[in-house]
Amino acid sequence: MNDLDAEDRLRFEQLVLPHVDAAFNLARWLLRRREDAEEVAQEALLRACRFFRGFHGGDVRAWLLQIVRNTCYSRLEKDRPRELMVEFDEELHLQPVATPESIAIANNDRERLTRALEALPSRFREVIVLRELEGCSYKEIAAIMSIPIGTVMSSLSRARRQLCLALADSSCKEAVREV
Amino acid sequence: MRCDFGDSLLSGYFDCELSAASAAKFERHLQHCAECAGELVELDILSGRLQLEQLYEAAPPSLRKKIRAKLRPVTPTTAMPRQLLWHWLAAATALLVLLIAGWRLSSALHSDDYRAELAAEIVDAHVHSLQQGHLIGINSNDGQALKGWFRGKVTFAPPARDFANDGFALQGGRVDVLEDRSVAVLVYTHCRHSINVFIWPTRERDTSPHAGSLQGYQWIDWREGKIEFCAASEAPAADLQQLQRLFAE
Repeated sequence: MNDLDAEDRLRFEQLVLPHVDAAFNLARWLLRRREDAEEVAQEALLRACRFFRGFHGGDVRAWLLQIVRNTCYSRLEKDRPRELMVEFDEELHLQPVATPESIAIANNDRERLTRALEALPSRFREVIVLRELEGCSYKEIAAIMSIPIGTVMSSLSRARRQLCLALADSSCKEAVREV
Repeated sequence: MRCDFGDSLLSGYFDCELSAASAAKFERHLQHCAECAGELVELDILSGRLQLEQLYEAAPPSLRKKIRAKLRPVTPTTAMPRQLLWHWLAAATALLVLLIAGWRLSSALHSDDYRAELAAEIVDAHVHSLQQGHLIGINSNDGQALKGWFRGKVTFAPPARDFANDGFALQGGRVDVLEDRSVAVLVYTHCRHSINVFIWPTRERDTSPHAGSLQGYQWIDWREGKIEFCAASEAPAADLQQLQRLFAE
């Protein structure tokens, strides 16, 4: 895997490694499993290292997150049959990741937010994570997700509305439960 | 019922991503549309909640370590001539014996608890410093300039010397906090490794260098003239020893 010479490796360490947190955070929210996130983030970083010669300056975080995103989606695609089987097997005694009910019964705000975010469709989850948690500009999000800036804006708008609704819904249920 | 006009622009306005003209247009609309005004507040509350609960999940330290390990050039064992392999094995065994002997000897001389705690803090501080923007407070290889910079920040004058001729280039310094006190840190680079030398005053008597490794990082600690030094790096232990000797000269 060491295709890079010493100089490139140093550049990679200086430019790319500061964004390991960003890579992990995006993988964690896209995969919705903390356990898988470390493995996939590592895979993405090693891919980034392989592709590093092709990186000719510009926004290194956006470049890296694009690779992380692709790695996550290939992983999800690969795991899909397994996931479906697991869900089928465990349907009888396990709750899916997040439902309006599970959001409602979460016992603190952090848990409630986590579940609501995890319940969003992946594209919506992605724009929220990139904008709200990672602080990316629309231009960066557009580059990372390979979509037009207009689509970033409309996706964010819909994602936020869904998130607000899920949270409002859960607080209503919470209120009812408390009564 | 939703406001059609606001729907497309609200998020962009909230994120300050609209052009000046669009933003002005939206602000005019906002004066008359209670719905959009209300939704803007909701977006703000949502954003605040997401920040407040710190949903951002930072990478575990093990991830950085694994990646760094993979980046290091590795000589494949199979390609190594048999004779060389035996030399390596013999050297490794000798080193192990030395290490064990050294460890037993030193554990009799030093307080192990103090060392272990200190090493953990030093390595943590070293790893933290490698993250963007934490490594250097002042960029300079001029000892006098560094001394001036440290004046008022720490209660002693750290011996800032550049050893560039010996392969240890002084990059600069910063102030860090270790065991609840401010310490001076000199940052060197050697063969693309960063080396942090943590320096603080002590009342203890001089000690010879004491080295160890933790989580793949090496550290070496010594006291001289009422000053304690502890260097940490991912560089090989021998390099740290060389730096220690340069300091002692």
